[in-house]
Amino acid sequence: MNAMAAQRWNFWGGVITALTLVWAILWAFPLYWGVISSLKPDDEVVRPYIELWPETPTLENYIDALTTTQIGTWYVNSVVVAVGVTVITIFISMLCGYAISQLRFPGRIALWWLILASFMVPISALIINHFVLVANLGLLNSWAGIMLPQLIHPVIIIVYKQFFDQVPKDFREAAVMDNASEFGILFKVYVPMNWGVTTALSIVCFIWTWNAFLWPFLSVTRTEMMTITVGITQVNDAFGVYYARQLAAAVLAGLPVALAYLFFQRRVTEAITLSAGIKG
Amino acid sequence: MLRNSRAERLVALVLVAPFLAIYLLAFVYPTVQMFRISFTDAPLIGEGRWVGLDNYLRLDNDPMFRRALWNTAYFVLMTVVPGTLIALSIALGVSRLKGRFQAIVLALFFLPYILPVSVVYLIWDWTLNFQFGIAMHVLDWLGISRVPVFKSRVWFLPAVAGVTIWWTAGFSILLFLAGLRSIPAEIYEAASLDNSTRWTTFRRITWPLLWPITSLVSTIQLILQLKIFDQVYLFSIGGRPNDNMVLVYYVFQKAFQQNQGGRAAAVAVTLFMLVVVVSVLQFQLLRFAERRHR
Repeated sequence: MNAMAAQRWNFWGGVITALTLVWAILWAFPLYWGVISSLKPDDEVVRPYIELWPETPTLENYIDALTTTQIGTWYVNSVVVAVGVTVITIFISMLCGYAISQLRFPGRIALWWLILASFMVPISALIINHFVLVANLGLLNSWAGIMLPQLIHPVIIIVYKQFFDQVPKDFREAAVMDNASEFGILFKVYVPMNWGVTTALSIVCFIWTWNAFLWPFLSVTRTEMMTITVGITQVNDAFGVYYARQLAAAVLAGLPVALAYLFFQRRVTEAITLSAGIKG
Repeated sequence: MLRNSRAERLVALVLVAPFLAIYLLAFVYPTVQMFRISFTDAPLIGEGRWVGLDNYLRLDNDPMFRRALWNTAYFVLMTVVPGTLIALSIALGVSRLKGRFQAIVLALFFLPYILPVSVVYLIWDWTLNFQFGIAMHVLDWLGISRVPVFKSRVWFLPAVAGVTIWWTAGFSILLFLAGLRSIPAEIYEAASLDNSTRWTTFRRITWPLLWPITSLVSTIQLILQLKIFDQVYLFSIGGRPNDNMVLVYYVFQKAFQQNQGGRAAAVAVTLFMLVVVVSVLQFQLLRFAERRHR
């Protein structure tokens, strides 16, 4: 490469990097704006000019949101549902993925195809019959009712199968020699060797469930049973809208998943690429 | 090694049973039921009479269904192609950065994707608020008259499409980055030795090698956006949902607001078939294109 070409290359490279940075800041700006607005007192929020930093930062909107709405109850509902769905889904997918990966049984191939085919089914087309099912079971307005249709995550089984397939056969044979049972092999060999993927899948399963909207919205009509993602959009004041307080509620609703992402950034991105069928 | 196959089958059954039970109850059974009640005039809860193909034939001259179909197609068009291209260009920019710096910039682009739709809704409803939204101050400053974005028939779907791209781009960016990382550096070194320009390098190397990822991203986006409901519902609160009708919203309206389970199921089955056909078709098409690229 001659010097001229190298210079041209670097100049445009610098321009692209600078554009990417500006674009990133603009991209994240609405998030910043939402958080900042939630820290402003009521009169400052509606000022007719742009104020990038609150003149008198205040937490009153947060205190307001926590004391005048049922946000605390919604938080509890969301935590119970998200943790419940995550634990159950991970556990049953782990068992099923292990069976498909390591055991030979009639119907194994059929089951595998059933799981793959389910990718094509749009879950949102099933809302009517999910509602009928949950209503017939008497589970509307209950944690179990919110959880049931959300327990189907075939992709988690697929990821587990792939990871269990990669465990060297020697480990299995050694365990069989020691007279270990299948459960012993699964929980003492296969699961401990794959803690990384279990953590990653659990975090994204928690995030998916926390963020779910359509089903929790349909299956709950009583305010005190709502999850937080539904609650913050369904309850408005009779006395007009308090923008800042609504934004404070939004920040509170987004905080757990945002923190989960920021703390486990690598795990989250790993699990998301895996769930799309790409290896790292 | 001798395997005790009867014991193995029994263990397999025990391991598969919990998943299979939930799968049959919460997935297979509702799917079968959806098809069944689409041939009846059942209300939301309860049985109906068999009406054959009546529910489907009615869709043919149902203006609201047509609007839902058209709006969904329009929305898909406005999200999938621009969304994929925006995500690709961001990924190309981010992939140039190194280490911690890259992680921070990626996080800025990725954070929206991790948030619940209702938070995204509240943030954008505020940003684009007709009276106090910061975007309107920017419009004033540019000398453009303000637009009540989510109350306007013309701007509603494009605006929701824009918000959707902002919300979901992080996912596509991640996949593109994984794809870019898997292109061997030697190929680029060879290209720079050949003095090839940035654009030629992109067109001859990056784009063809990235094609499988591009097809994956656009297929995932396409199927996701056909099922659009949450954003349209939320931004329509206090607005005009009937003008912004999309397919899943129509299923919701028919079943839950008009108590017509059978007719709603016919719409749901249509959506179901659409998703199946589109995903198979697009998969084949992209595979064909991929072969031609080589």
